[in-house]
This record gives sequence, C-alpha cells and structure tokens, in this order.
Amino acid sequence: MDLYGYRIPPVFSLLIWISLWEIVGQLDLAFILPPFSAVVYQLFFLLQRPDFHSAALLTFQSFVIGMTISIVFGIFIGFLMGTSKVANGVLGMWVNIFASAPLSSLVPVLMLLFGLGQTTIVVTVVLFSTWIIALDTYAGVRHISPSLEEMGRSFGASRTQLLAKVLFWAALPEILAGVRMGLIRAVKGIVIGQLLVSIVALGRLFRTFSDNFQFEEFWALTITLFIFALLFSSAIGWLEHKVEFYAKTRD
Amino acid sequence: MSTTSAAAVEVTAAPTPQNDIVEVREITKFYGSDIHALSNINLGFPQGQMTTLLGPSGCGKTTLLKIIAGLLEPTEGQVLVHGKPVTGPGPERAFVFQDFALLPWATVTRNVAFGLELTGKPKAEREELARHYIEEVGLSGFGNKYPHELSGGMRQRVGLARALAVNADVLMMDEPFSAVDEQTRRKFQEDLLLLLAQEKKTVIFVTHSIEEAVYVSDQIVMLSPRPGRIKSIIRPEISRDASADEIRRDKRYLDTVEEIWTDLREYLD
Repeated sequence: MDLYGYRIPPVFSLLIWISLWEIVGQLDLAFILPPFSAVVYQLFFLLQRPDFHSAALLTFQSFVIGMTISIVFGIFIGFLMGTSKVANGVLGMWVNIFASAPLSSLVPVLMLLFGLGQTTIVVTVVLFSTWIIALDTYAGVRHISPSLEEMGRSFGASRTQLLAKVLFWAALPEILAGVRMGLIRAVKGIVIGQLLVSIVALGRLFRTFSDNFQFEEFWALTITLFIFALLFSSAIGWLEHKVEFYAKTRD
Repeated sequence: MSTTSAAAVEVTAAPTPQNDIVEVREITKFYGSDIHALSNINLGFPQGQMTTLLGPSGCGKTTLLKIIAGLLEPTEGQVLVHGKPVTGPGPERAFVFQDFALLPWATVTRNVAFGLELTGKPKAEREELARHYIEEVGLSGFGNKYPHELSGGMRQRVGLARALAVNADVLMMDEPFSAVDEQTRRKFQEDLLLLLAQEKKTVIFVTHSIEEAVYVSDQIVMLSPRPGRIKSIIRPEISRDASADEIRRDKRYLDTVEEIWTDLREYLD
C-alpha cells in the first residue's frame, strides 16, 4: 500500500484496526466489545487455564487426526476418480455434492451418531475437508501430461512406481492447493461444529464465555483460533511455494 | 506360453538375411471401430542402422512407433524384437519423446538416471552413469539444473541421455526435434549422428521433415495416410564420412529430398 508516496507496511493496516477497536472498546459503546488491551490481557490468562489446555489439546489432536484421514482419503478418491472412468462416474457426483453442501447442518446428526467426544470432532474435520482435497487431486491427475505417463511405462515402471515416482509428484501442486483449502474448511468445520454442539472442547469454552458475558475471554479465544488457522495455512502455503517452481513450468 | 516360445525359437533359428533386430509383421491398428490408423504393415529394422518413418500427419507413424515401443497394442499382427514377440515396453528399447517428458521436479542428473532408478540400480552407480551420458550429449555442468532452467534443445538432450543411459539396443525417437528451433536442430542432428555412430544403436526415428529424414537415415520408410500403409522404402546411400555441410550440398542428398517431395506431394490436396 502506498500513501502520499510513502510505502506503508501491511502490518500498519492491522494496527489501525486494532487502535480503532481499542478506542471503541474504551468508549464502552457495546458490552460485547471490550478494549483490545483487555482482550490481550485476558489472552495471557486464558493460555494458562487448564480447561483451555485440555480443550485446545483435544481440538488440536482431533484436527490433526481428522486432517490426516482427509488427506489420505481425499488423495485416494481423487486418484481413483482421475484414473478410472467408472470410479469417476460413481463417485464424482457425490464428491461434488459434499464439497458444496452446507455440512454444518449435519454436525448435530454426527453428534447423535458418534457421541460427544473426540470422534465427532474428527468426523467433522474429515467431512469438511476430504471432498475439496479429492476434487483438487482429481483436477491434478487429469492435468498430468500423457507423455509423462508413457515415459514411465516405456522405462519399465511398475504400476506402483508409476504412481509413487511420476503421477503423485506431477499432481502435487494441485493436491497441496486442495489440502490448504481443506485445512481452511476443517478449521471452519471445527469452530462451527463445536459452537453448534458446544458441549465439547473449545465449543464448550466459547459457550461458557458468552453465557457468562466474559467477552474479554471470548475474543481472546477467537484470536487464538485465528492465529492457529493462519499458522497452519501458512505452513501449507510454504510447501506450495516449494513446488510452485515446477507447477508453473509444466507444459 | 509354450507355443509362443516355440515360435520365438523358430524365428531366431531362421534369421532374415538383413539381420533385422526389430521386425513388424502384418500390423493393423484401429482406434475404436472406425478410425483405421495402420493397415497391414510389414517392415524390418536392420541392426545398427537408422530407419526413419516419414509421412504426412495422420499417416500413423507415431502410432507405429508406439506399437513397436509396446505402449500401444496393435489390433492385429505382432512386433518381434530379437525374434521375441513384444507384449509391452522392454529394457531393450528406449524412447525419446517429442515433448521431452522430463520430470519437472527432478534435476537433470535424476532425469537422466530415471530409467536406472526404476530398475533399482544403486544411487551412486546410476548417478555415475548419468554423469557419463550428460557429458556425452554435451551438457556437462548442468547436472544440478532443473528442466525449466534449460532451453528446448538442451531439454531434448536430457531426454536423449536418459534413453542412452539404460543402454537399450533400440532407440526410438518420436519427432525429437520438432519442438526445437531450426539452428539448434541442425547442430543437434549432427551431434546425434556422431553419438550414434559411437554408441552403435539401432534407431527408429519418426519425423515429418524430409530434409531431416534424408540427412540422418540409412533407410527411409514412407507411409501413406489414412489408413497408414508402406508406400515405398528408400535407402539414401549417402556417405557418412563427409562433413555435415558437404552432405547438405551432396547431389544425392538433394536428389533424394526432391524425389521424396515429389512422392509426398500428392497427399497435400
């Protein structure tokens, strides 16, 4: 951003919004919006609370387990759809429906099916992120140049070698884009899911804070979640950047 | 299986006088039910020589090459390599692709060594071999570069080095220079001839360039289009001892180019 010829770092815009938040908060206009400084102050206490620790740990664990399942499952479905017309015919429609459906409405049903523990959170993550990973993997597989596959075959690659040494890498840029999208959806899924259920993990904390009008804590928790999501997304972004050089040069 | 091997023994027992390393027998290829790509092709490829498949687009020359490579299955007929019927790709044949088909995420060295990597040769050994062939094709010092850092001509040199590295007897090249600019192509053709004389490979070369065919080939097979049939076989008989410039001014070279052009002209209407 440039202002009167001066270069303004992107952080500056964040600072403006934070100051605005602080001013509005100090003016005491709305009880749901405490001053930013008070939120940050609470953040330090929040990070030390044992109930936050257990909630965050449970959420984080479920998130990692869910994402692992989604990535494996999504890539598998994507490859199946990309390499077999039959699989694409059978799965394609469902994957597309699930990728665009409002899945939040299913979370209460999942709770009934899987109970109130970790399983529900894991299933939520899987449900939210698998399909977009599958769709992007499918797009990546379709994008692979046929001569690359012929090359592998002509040099005697077995089916496994062809998948592991040629096709997977050729589709990797799209797969990673899918994983990043899946990750963002999973964070949404986890937050929405836990808020809807609000009996487990962070969802319960959210509910407790808002029920008791503890808005400093509420916002501190929100900020923590945002930071988590941002960190995850940047990590994948970094990986994507690592493979970008060949994604751009493909014919 | 036993009948197949009995047939193979018979063939090796009675080799053709030319000593053909690759034999194409009554190959017919349909795509689907209506596209007739090749019709009853019978052809021999003499050991240690360069045979070019030449013809207008749509004559099935790449199809024939891919059938010999084992990448496509013929509808009828069979291909014999060293007297044994082809059922798929094999280590005695190596392919050079029109669009190079390099792994964009791998360095030049790994690309050149890729065929060896697939056969499970230890890393140090295959990289040593790769280094040798990278030098042979004139790319010394580029081993750690990635394909996108190279020009088109250099990328195809990598493709050639990869095919040479697996030490196959038969080298199949599908319009290897069509994606390379004209000046680079000439230099590449000259280098290729030198290299092949030294490596003693049998080469099957597909091109649509008449000059290229006459310049590089011992035997030129002309195919007619739709369905592809053998129209004629020409042996240019040009001395390979002369320099590149002398060959390009040689009367026999120019006459052969003219003769083929007259032949192919009728398909251009």
